[in-house]
Amino acid sequence: MWPEIGYGILVIAFLVALYSVGAAVYGERKRSPAWIESARRAMLLLWPLITLGAATLIYMLLTDHYEVSFVYQVTSRSMPAYLKITAWWGGQAGSLVFWSWLMSAFASLVTLRKWDRDREFLPWVIVVTSITTAFFLGLVVFYENPFARFWQTVDGNVITSMWAPANTTLMVAQDGRGLNPLLRHPGMIIHPPMLYLGFVSFVIPYAFAMAALITGRTDDRWIRLTRRWTLWAWLFLSTGLVLGSRWAYDVLGWGGFWGWDPVEIAALMPWLTGTAFLHSVMIQEKRGLLKQWNMILVILTYALVIFGTFLTRSGVLSSVHAFAQSAIGPAFFAFIGATFITSIGLVIYRWPDLRGETELKSLLSREALFLLNNLLFMSVLVVCFWGVIFPLISELVTGQKVTVGPPFYNHATGPLFASLMLLMGVAPLSAWGKSTWQTLGRAIWKPALAALVVTALIFVYYTRLAIPLLGFYLVALVICVTVYEYWRGARARHRSKGENFFLAFGRLTARNPRRYGGYFVHISMMLMAVGIMGINMFQIDTQATVPVNGALKLGEYSVKYESIAQFDAADNRQVTRAVVGVYDDKGDYLGELHPRIDYYPDAQQNMTIPGERATLTDDLYVLLVDWQPATANGATFKIFVNPLVNWLWIGAIIFWIGALIAVLIPDREPERLAVPEAQRVPQPGVAD
Amino acid sequence: MTRSRFLLVVLGLSALMALCLPAQRAFAQKPTPSDDEVNRIAHQLYCPVCENTPLDVCPTEACRQWRDLIRQQLSQGWTEDQIKQYFADQYGARVLAEPPRTGMNWLVYILPPLVIVAGAFLLLRAMHNWTKPAAQSPAPGQEEPSDEYVARLEEELKKRS
Amino acid sequence: MTDSTIAAPAKRRGVPMWAQIIIWVVLLGLLAMVAVALRRTQQGTVQPGDKIPDFAMPLFTGYGMNGSQQVKLSNLRGKVVIINFWASWCKPCEQEAADLRTAWDSYKDTGKVVFVGVDYVDTEPEARAYLEKFGIQYSNGPDLGTKVSQLFRIKGVPETYFIDQQGVLRRVQVGPFTSVDDIKAVIDPMLR
Repeated sequence: MWPEIGYGILVIAFLVALYSVGAAVYGERKRSPAWIESARRAMLLLWPLITLGAATLIYMLLTDHYEVSFVYQVTSRSMPAYLKITAWWGGQAGSLVFWSWLMSAFASLVTLRKWDRDREFLPWVIVVTSITTAFFLGLVVFYENPFARFWQTVDGNVITSMWAPANTTLMVAQDGRGLNPLLRHPGMIIHPPMLYLGFVSFVIPYAFAMAALITGRTDDRWIRLTRRWTLWAWLFLSTGLVLGSRWAYDVLGWGGFWGWDPVEIAALMPWLTGTAFLHSVMIQEKRGLLKQWNMILVILTYALVIFGTFLTRSGVLSSVHAFAQSAIGPAFFAFIGATFITSIGLVIYRWPDLRGETELKSLLSREALFLLNNLLFMSVLVVCFWGVIFPLISELVTGQKVTVGPPFYNHATGPLFASLMLLMGVAPLSAWGKSTWQTLGRAIWKPALAALVVTALIFVYYTRLAIPLLGFYLVALVICVTVYEYWRGARARHRSKGENFFLAFGRLTARNPRRYGGYFVHISMMLMAVGIMGINMFQIDTQATVPVNGALKLGEYSVKYESIAQFDAADNRQVTRAVVGVYDDKGDYLGELHPRIDYYPDAQQNMTIPGERATLTDDLYVLLVDWQPATANGATFKIFVNPLVNWLWIGAIIFWIGALIAVLIPDREPERLAVPEAQRVPQPGVAD
Repeated sequence: MTRSRFLLVVLGLSALMALCLPAQRAFAQKPTPSDDEVNRIAHQLYCPVCENTPLDVCPTEACRQWRDLIRQQLSQGWTEDQIKQYFADQYGARVLAEPPRTGMNWLVYILPPLVIVAGAFLLLRAMHNWTKPAAQSPAPGQEEPSDEYVARLEEELKKRS
Repeated sequence: MTDSTIAAPAKRRGVPMWAQIIIWVVLLGLLAMVAVALRRTQQGTVQPGDKIPDFAMPLFTGYGMNGSQQVKLSNLRGKVVIINFWASWCKPCEQEAADLRTAWDSYKDTGKVVFVGVDYVDTEPEARAYLEKFGIQYSNGPDLGTKVSQLFRIKGVPETYFIDQQGVLRRVQVGPFTSVDDIKAVIDPMLR
C-alpha cells in the first residue's frame, strides 16, 4: 500500500508542476492575474506534496521494506536509523526525489515574496522553476521510481516494476544490500544536501535572468532581486565543496582531499562561474557595465550545474562518486539540449537590450581588474571543462581511453590561481572609475613591504623553494592588503567619529557587509591556499611493514606499531583497529592513533579509515594498509605528513563567517548609490 | 546495474581476498625495492579497473598485484619510464595520469591556452573599446555592422507585441 | 511591456553573424558529442546477431594456438569460437573456471570448437598461476591495452561470447556459468 501512496503523491506533484507551468504561460498570454495566481498556488502546493512523498519513502527506508528495490539497494537491517534516513539521497532514485524536494522548497520561498514591483517577472519565474521541478519529478515518475518493487515470476525470474506484472507474486528480500560504505560517514550526511542546495539555489537567479530576457525588462532589477539568492547559492555550493573535501580526507584514505576527479570538477565548475558572477555583478551595480556578460555568467552557472549533474548521473563519466549507470540519460540529455538552446537563443535575441551604460575610464580601475578576475576564473573553467570532456572525445575519436589527472590540472591551473591571488591583493586598493599607477602604488607599498618581510621570515625558517615562496608571498600580500584596508577604514571612522576601534570595525562591516564580508572571504581563501600549498608542495609519505613494537620514521615523526585488534562494531561492520604510538624526533610521546580497516559484510566492501593527528604545522595521517596475524610479519602502514593542511579547515570557518556577514546583514546602502559610491572609494581609507 | 556489479566484483571480492590471503611477496631477489620506491612509481599510475584511483592508494587485490609487478620490475633493474611504458602498453593509456603527448592528445595541452589567449584578446579589445568615447564604442566582438534596418524593424515589432 | 526605449537606437547592434555561427556550432558540437557518448554508455555489450569485427591478439607462451603465438578471429571461420574474458583477481571467474575447462575437454578433439581466454587487465605471473591452478589448456592471452575488451564493450569480468561459424555473435553470457551443462547447452545447438 505504501509504495502506491508514495508513488501516487509524486505523480500528482508532477502533474501539479505541469499545471503550474501551463497556467503561468496561459495567464501571461491572456494577461490574467487569476491564472497567474493559480499557477503560483499550484507551485506552493508542490513542496508539501513532495514532502509527503518523501516522507513515505523515508518511512519505508526506516521500516525495512525490502520488497522495494530502492530500499533494498541502499539500506540493510543492521544500519542505524539515522543512516537509513540519509540513505534517502544515497542512491539515484531517492536523490532525485531529494533534489525535487529542495527545488520546490526554493521555488516556494521565492514565490512567497512580495511581487508588487515585479509582477511581470512572476509568470516566467514560475515557468522556469516549475519546468525544472517537473523535469526532476518526471525522471522519478518515469525512469527512476524509488517505489518500484520486486516481483517474482513462476519460473523464478525477478522483475522490478511499480505494478504487479501478470502471473507474479511480490518478492520481499530478507535483507538489503546496505548503503555504500563510502556514504556511511557523518560528513556524507551533510555534504550532499549542501551541494544540492547550492546547485538548486542557482536555479533562482537563472529563473529571474530568463524572466528578464523573456519580458525584455533587462535593466538591473533582476540582478538586485537575485543578489541575495546568488550569495546563498554560492555559500551552499562552497560549503558543499569544503565538506566534500573533508569527507574525502577522512574517508577515502588517499592522504589528500582533492583528487581532480571528474565529479569533483563537475561541482567546482559552477562555483567558478558563480564566483566570477559575484564579482562582475558589482561592476554592473556600480558602473552599469557588463550586463551582457552577467547574463551569460548566470546562464553558464546554471548550465554547468545541470550539465555536471547529467555527466555524473547518466553514466557518461565514470568516477568514484558517480551513480550507477541509469536510464535517465536520454531524458536528461533532451532537457539539457532544450535548456542550452533556449537560453542562448534568448541571450542572442536580447543582446542589443543588454548594452552597458557607461564606459571604462582606466585599465587600472577596480572594474578593469574585476574584468581580469573574470577572465582568470573563465580560464580555470576552460581548463576544467576541457579536462573533463577530453576523455570522452578521445574515446569517441580514437577509441583510446585516457585519464586526465592531477598533474594536468595542477600545471594548468597553478599559474591561474596565482594570478588570481595577485589580483586579490591589488584590486581592493584600486578605485572604481579611475585609478592610476601612482595612487595604486601609494596604497600598496606598505602592505607589499610587510608581505615581503613575512616571506623573508618564511625563507629563513621554512622553505627556500622558489614556487612556494612566491605562493606564500601572494598569500601574505593579500592578507596584508585586506587587513590594511580594514584598518584604514576603521581608523578613519575612529578619527572622524571618535568611535573606538572595535566599534568602528563593527560599524564599518555593518555599513557595507558585502564588501567587508568579502574581505573575510578573501582572507579565508588565502588560509585555504596555505593548506592547499602545504599538501601539494610539501606532502611526504612512506610505507613499510613493521613488526609489533617496530617503528616507522617520517619527517619529525616516529610511529610505533603497538597492537592490533579485530572486533565487530554495533552496526555490523568488522573493524580491524591498530594502535600506534606517535613520537617526535626527540623521542617524546605525543599520543596514539587508531588507523583501521572497516569491513562491511552487507556491501562486501572495505573502508580504510586513517588515524589523524592534526596540528597547525602539519597533519600526521596514518593508514593501515595491510596486516597479518600477530605471529607473522606485523602490519603495513602508510604514513603521510601533510604540512599546513589544517589551515584549509580554519580557512573554511573564516569563510563561513565572511559569507554569513555578506548574506545575513542587510545592505545599508540604498540601491541608487551607484554613482556616489564610485566617487567615494578612490581613497577608501578616508572615505568615511 | 552491470557496472555496479562489476565494481562490486572488483572491490568487494578482491577486498575479501585481501583479508584472507596474506599478500605474497615472493620475488625476494636481490635487495627488494622498498614500498616507498614502488609507491613513487605507482603514484604516477592509475588503477586500470577502478575509476580514477591512483595505484599507490588503491586498496584492491588487483592493485596489490600491480604494485608487486612494479616491485619485481624494479628489482630487475627497469627504469621508471620503462615501467610506465609497459603499463601503458599492457593496460592502455588510461593508466597514465596524463594523456601521452602523441597525436590527438596534444589537443589536451594546446586547446586551453589557445582559448585563454583568445579570451584575453577579446577582453583587451573590449576594454580598449570601452575606454574610447562612448559614441564609437562597439562592445566585444561587434565590429561588423549589422543591418540597422532589420534591428529597427524588430524593435518596432517588439513594441507592438 | 518591453523596455526597448532604454537602449538608444543607434546602439542597437545584435551579436555579429560570425559569433553566432561559432556559438551555435560549438554548442551543437558539444551536444552531439555528449549524445554519442551517452549512446555508447547505454549500448551495453555487443549483442547477439552483431558481426564481430576482426581482431588479433597475442597469446601467452604455452597457451598458443596450433603452434602460433597469436590468434586472429578471421582465421577461425568455420569454427564455433568461445571468447571468455577473465582475470586472476576476479573471484566469480574462479566459479566457472573448472566448468570451462571441462567443457573444453569435451570439445577439443572435435576440431570444431575453439576456446580463447582473454585475460583482462592482469599481471602475467598471477594469470599463469590461475591457469595452472584450474588446469586450463586452451588458448589464452593478455588483452593488451584493453583493445579486445573495448571491441566487445564488456562491462565486467567474467563475460563469455559465443561466435558462430560465420563470425556472428550468437550469445552473450554476463557473469559466471554455474555448470558445464549450461555451457554445452549453448555450444551444441551452434554445432548443428
